[in-house]
Amino acid sequence: MFARRGFNIHSLAVGPTVDPQLSRMTVVADGPEMEQIIKQLYKLVNTVKVTEHRPGDAVEREIMLVRINADSKRRGEILDAAGIFSAQAVDVGKATITFEVAGDPGHLNDFLELMRPYGIVDLVKSGRIALARDPKSRNGRQADLRSA
Amino acid sequence: MSETLTGAEALIRALEHEGVDVIFGMPGGAILPAYDPLYDSPIRHVLVRHEQGSGHMASGYAHATGRVGVCVATSGPGATNLITALQDAYMDSIPVVAITGQVARTSIGMDAFQEAHTWGISMPVTKHNYLITDIEEIPDVIREAFHLAATGRPGPVLVDIPKDVLNDTLVWHRPGEINLPGYKPSVKGHPKQVQAAVDMIHASQRPVLYAGGGIIRANAADRLRRFAELANLPTVTTLMGRGAIPDSHPLALGMPGMHGNYTAITAMQKADLLVTIGARFDDRVTGKVDAFAPEAKIIHVDVDPAEIGKVRNAEVPIVGDAAAVLEQLIFAMEHFLGPDEAPAREDWRNTLADWQRTHPLAYDQDPDGPILQQYVIQELHRITEGNATVVAGVGQHQMWASQFWGFERPRTWINSGGLGTMGYAIPAAIGAKAGMPDDLVVAFDGDGCFQMTMQELVTASVEKINVKIFVLNNAWLGMVKQWQKLFYNERYSATDLTGHTPDFVGLAEAMGCAGFRAERPDEVAPIIEKALAINDRPVVVDFVCDPEAMVFPMVPAGGSNDIVIMGPEDLT
Repeated sequence: MFARRGFNIHSLAVGPTVDPQLSRMTVVADGPEMEQIIKQLYKLVNTVKVTEHRPGDAVEREIMLVRINADSKRRGEILDAAGIFSAQAVDVGKATITFEVAGDPGHLNDFLELMRPYGIVDLVKSGRIALARDPKSRNGRQADLRSA
Repeated sequence: MSETLTGAEALIRALEHEGVDVIFGMPGGAILPAYDPLYDSPIRHVLVRHEQGSGHMASGYAHATGRVGVCVATSGPGATNLITALQDAYMDSIPVVAITGQVARTSIGMDAFQEAHTWGISMPVTKHNYLITDIEEIPDVIREAFHLAATGRPGPVLVDIPKDVLNDTLVWHRPGEINLPGYKPSVKGHPKQVQAAVDMIHASQRPVLYAGGGIIRANAADRLRRFAELANLPTVTTLMGRGAIPDSHPLALGMPGMHGNYTAITAMQKADLLVTIGARFDDRVTGKVDAFAPEAKIIHVDVDPAEIGKVRNAEVPIVGDAAAVLEQLIFAMEHFLGPDEAPAREDWRNTLADWQRTHPLAYDQDPDGPILQQYVIQELHRITEGNATVVAGVGQHQMWASQFWGFERPRTWINSGGLGTMGYAIPAAIGAKAGMPDDLVVAFDGDGCFQMTMQELVTASVEKINVKIFVLNNAWLGMVKQWQKLFYNERYSATDLTGHTPDFVGLAEAMGCAGFRAERPDEVAPIIEKALAINDRPVVVDFVCDPEAMVFPMVPAGGSNDIVIMGPEDLT
């Protein structure tokens, strides 16, 4: 549907929900045609519910695995920086470290910017997932408890 | 009492339960099991000569009867040959169910003989599609497929069934309740919006009722007419909506758009309100969108919410079935106005009448010149008094048929509007006649279109589906030639068929039809009479027509509807 109607997708994540009959897709898209995107999604017979999360309306998360050049001389400073971002080292090689980083998309990007000078060898992202905030959540609409 | 059936038997039984009386199809390896129980079924099977024909026949049947048309094909090439017909039905919101055979489940993905990924290929050309992987699904899926095809915004639904599923057995059970949590089409419009529409109509000075194919699909023509009269709304009918209000009705303005008449185009252009029902602001209607009906507010009634605001924003959007919303509008209008209190809007009506007088649809048949296509259409209308279902292919002949045939009833005009599928006419006419065997079904066809699907005349003659095919033969790909003449410096690349058309009369006879030819204007009426008198086989008439005739009025593609080219004299 997205390809046929010329809508752009930035990211796509699919997984099961609490109801085993249903799965949830989180699609990141933007542009002036958002209303059409939602209407066209609703037209698909298998679509039960479409929720639009505008920036700040939802808790957004993404997980990333990223492999950084890290020879023994620089390993220490890289691990220090990673600690600030709660990035976990999940694989350590002779000349690289692979980190698992989870958080909102800005958090991931900040980490990548920090690591870029060392050399990013490889990168994979899960695609973004999101859940609307509970309207009664105590931290309010804009703030995110875990935002860096 | 439990009864064990094969998947194939369950399929045919499920189709019988849906009330299917005719299937258009072609057997083949993967669908073969289904043809065995079909042999004993009361369902009529019409054997086509190409699967595309079966799809268009199902569409013609659905157009004419309002019921779901059914086509069947085998896996691989059988299924891919259906795709054009499915997209055609999708664009025009025609309820069709396609059943396709698939290779056995164990062979799927193995590049098996006659394997194609039918489910994937058909996804963007259907309203919904299924691949049955569990035999127990057959009764429910067939029930759902017919429900989806016929309700909400109608459309084609494909059901792909692997051969081993057809051969497997199940204990027959009637389908359960339809369980489609993601499918809840709106029927009634929001009452507040209905009232807002009535207020807006009452306040308008220059309203136009813009009626589309949705009126036909919703069986809402009677209500449309009642509403137009009650609110005193001049009414245009789009290519898909022809027949929604009788062309002879004083409020009827005919067809708008690229080849619409001047009054219909200009009325929309100058309107202060477009009451849009079952229409979708197609580019062939709006021309340049930014310049379309610049002063008009929009009321938009559509069963498909995605159509509202897709092209043009609506001040009053109403999601609902055309018949149900018209009922609400009539009710609200009756309570808002006393009898005979519709605003007269005499200035507007006078302006429209002036345009109709000064800018009529016209042609000039020279008795000694070549036959004009418009003349053939009007002669048939005169002789039959308009009592025929008219089918068309795509191109000049289609536009002339829409312009010059006076449509008095819904479901008497069948053509390929959205997709513009050349070759649609012959199979669609066969489907229509199969569904309405007592009606006179005449297809106007072009010589180019005819050559795309003419083999289905064998189907027609074998099955005694006695359609009349009137070929308006100008020995050109006429509409393309018209564009080349107007926009490509008369460079006629690949459009001239002069001397290269086959003998249509000979072809007709070879395929078991009667064949006639008319070459002079004075032969037109007598040959029409002859063609109408033959009722034991299909008839093809080759009308050798003017190769230079062009369709006017015309708004060039992407042009503003403010500039309507009325004829060649406007081009210099």
